[in-house]
Amino acid sequence: MRSMVEEARRSMTAIEAPSDILETPAPTMRRRASRRLASYLQAAPLALILGAFLLLPIAAIVIVSFWDYDSVQIYPDFVTLNYAETLGSWVTWRTFFNTVKFVVLVWAISLFVGFWVAYFLAFHVRTVKMQTALFLLCTIPFLTSNIIRMISWVPFLGRNGLLNSALVDLGIVPAPLEFLLFSEFAVVLAMVHLYALFMVTPIFNTLVRIDRSLVEAARDAGASATQILTNIIIPLAKPGIAIGSIFVVTLVMGDFITVRFMSGGQSASVGLMIANQISLLQYPAAAANAVVLLAVVLMMVAAILRIVDIRKEL
Amino acid sequence: MAQAAEIDIASVTKRYGPEAVAVDSVSLKIKAGSYCCLLGPSGCGKTSTLRMIAGHESISSGDIRIGDVVVTDLPPARRPTSMMFQSYALFPHLDLVDNVAFSLKVKGVPKAERRAKALEMLTLMGLEPYAERRPAQLSGGQQQRVALARALITNPQALLLDEPLSALDPFLKVRMRQELKRLQRDLGITFVHVTHSQEEAMALADLVVVMSDGRIEQAAPPREIFRRPATAFVARFMGDHNVLSGRVAAIDDDGATLALPDGVSFRTPKDPRLTLGEPAEIAIRRDRIAIGEATAPGFGVTGLVKNIEYRGGSMKVTLDAPGVEEFTVYADEDVFDGKPHAVGDAVPLAWALADVHVLAPPTH
Repeated sequence: MRSMVEEARRSMTAIEAPSDILETPAPTMRRRASRRLASYLQAAPLALILGAFLLLPIAAIVIVSFWDYDSVQIYPDFVTLNYAETLGSWVTWRTFFNTVKFVVLVWAISLFVGFWVAYFLAFHVRTVKMQTALFLLCTIPFLTSNIIRMISWVPFLGRNGLLNSALVDLGIVPAPLEFLLFSEFAVVLAMVHLYALFMVTPIFNTLVRIDRSLVEAARDAGASATQILTNIIIPLAKPGIAIGSIFVVTLVMGDFITVRFMSGGQSASVGLMIANQISLLQYPAAAANAVVLLAVVLMMVAAILRIVDIRKEL
Repeated sequence: MAQAAEIDIASVTKRYGPEAVAVDSVSLKIKAGSYCCLLGPSGCGKTSTLRMIAGHESISSGDIRIGDVVVTDLPPARRPTSMMFQSYALFPHLDLVDNVAFSLKVKGVPKAERRAKALEMLTLMGLEPYAERRPAQLSGGQQQRVALARALITNPQALLLDEPLSALDPFLKVRMRQELKRLQRDLGITFVHVTHSQEEAMALADLVVVMSDGRIEQAAPPREIFRRPATAFVARFMGDHNVLSGRVAAIDDDGATLALPDGVSFRTPKDPRLTLGEPAEIAIRRDRIAIGEATAPGFGVTGLVKNIEYRGGSMKVTLDAPGVEEFTVYADEDVFDGKPHAVGDAVPLAWALADVHVLAPPTH
C-alpha cells in the first residue's frame, strides 16, 4: 500500500521534473542557494563569536610566542628561543610541578567535599523545594567577588585572626599557628572554597537522575550501603565527576590571583609566572608559557575524557 | 530450585503519616507455590503491600511471615524473596551478565564462578546472544527477561513482581504473561504479582486479591471473583456486572424484593445479610441478560438504548433504565442480529433469579 503511494508520487515528480527544469531553472537554483545561505547565516553568530574571542586570541598568542623581545620592545620574528628558555628552565618545571600539586590537592578535596554535598542534596533531601533552597545556599559565596572572598580569609586565618585567637584562648595551641595564612595551606583552602561548587553542581545533576529503584534493586540483591555506593552510585555519577573535574582542573591550572594573594608571594603557579612576565613586558615569553600551559591543560582534559565518557550527559 | 514459601500477612498496616493510611490492617494468606495477583486501581495499597513483603517499605503495625520466618523487621537481603521492579531497574552501566550476577557479586562469589552462573541463567531465558550488551540495547521484552533472570538467580522462595507487564505493548504483554505463568509452573515457587489489569489477574492468578483504599475487598480464585464478587466495588471494578442499589422492601420464603428509586423493584435470592428496610446491593451479570424478551415482574426492566458497541462476538448495549444510572448488556452477536435494536429504542431486558447475586451490604 505504502510502496504504491510512494511509486505514484515518484512517477508524479518524474513528470513534473523536466518541465521544472525547462521553464524555471533559475528560480530553483536561486532557491537552493538561498537555502544554503540561510543555514550559513544561522551558524554565523556562533562562528563569529568563537572566531573573534577564542581562535583569534589563541592564534595571536601562538604567533607572539615566536617573536623576539628585549627590555623595551617586541619584534616580529620567528625564533624558538622563548620555548627553549621556558622548557629549559628548571624554574618552569618547578612551577608546573607546584601548579599540578595544587591541582591534585584541590581536585581531591573538592571531589570529596563536592560528592558528599551532592549526595546529601540528591539522596537525603526529600523535597525539590528544599533541594533548590539548599543548592542556592551553596551559591551564596558567589554573590561576592573572588577578591572579597579571599580577603575575608585574612581576619579569620591571620596571625591574630579569629581562628588563632580562639585556639590560643582555649589553650589548644600555645602560640598562633603560622601556616594558616600566606601558605600553601591557605592557597588550597581558598581554592577549594572557590571551586568546590563547580564539583557539586555536575555531580548533583547526575545523582538526581539516578533511578531510585536501582538503589532498591541493589538492596534487594543483598548489597550493603557501601556496595551500593561503589557498585551503583559512583559508576553512574562518573560523568558528573568528570565534568566537575574538568572545571576544577582548568580553573586551578590557570589560577594566579589566589596563589599570589593567599600564599603571600611565597608560592608560584604557572598563571602567576605568566602574570609576572607580562608585568615585565616579556610578552613573547609569557605567550610561549601560555601555549605550553594550554597544551598541558588540554592533555589533562583529554585524559579525563579518555577515562569517562561524558557524552551521554550532554 | 528453592522451596516455595507460604506468605502470611497478619493485620499489616502502612501509615505514611498520622492521616495517610496506605494499607489498612490487611490480612492475607498466600499458599506456597501459588500465583497471587494483587489487583486494584492506583493508590489502593497493592504496591505498598508488595513492597512490605519485599522489605522495601517498613511495616507500621502487624507481621509478615514467609515460610517459617517472621520477616517483619528483616532487611530485603535477609528475606527469601526477590523483587522484580516496575521499570525493571536494570543497572544501565553493567552488561547483562554483570546485571544478573550482581547479587552473587555482593555476596563475594568469585568473578569466574558468578559470571558462569549468570550466563547459565541468561541461557535459560534465551538471552545468551546478548550477554555482553547493556540493558539500553535491548527491547522491552528482553529487558524483562533480564530482570527475571536477575531476580531468580538468588533462588528465592517467592518472587515479587511490581506491574511487570505494564511497560510492554499489548501483543508482547500477552506473550510475556504466558511466559510468566509457565515460569511459575516450572519453578513451583510463590509468585506475588501487582497489577491494575483485571485481564492480567484473571489470566494468571490462582488467587486474585482485589484491593481498594488500603483494604482487601475480596481474595478468591479468579472464577469466584468473576462469578460471585463480594462487594459492589469488586463487581464494578471487574466490569462484568451491573450493580443495582436500593432498599430491601420485602423478605419472603423465595428471597427478597429490592426497591429502587423511581418505583422499580427487583427480586433477589435468599441471603441472610438482607434486612428489611436496610440498603442492599445486587449484581447482575451483563452477559446473562436477555435483550428484547418479555420480562417477568422483578426480573427485568425496560431501558432506552443509549449506545451500541461491537466487541467482537458480542454487542455491548448501554441503556438508560429507571432507577438505574447505567445498565450494560453484553448481547450475543447472532441473537442481537436476529432482533436488532437502534439507539433510542425502548427495549425490555430480562434475567433469571440465578443470575442475580447479592453483594455485601454497603457499609456507610
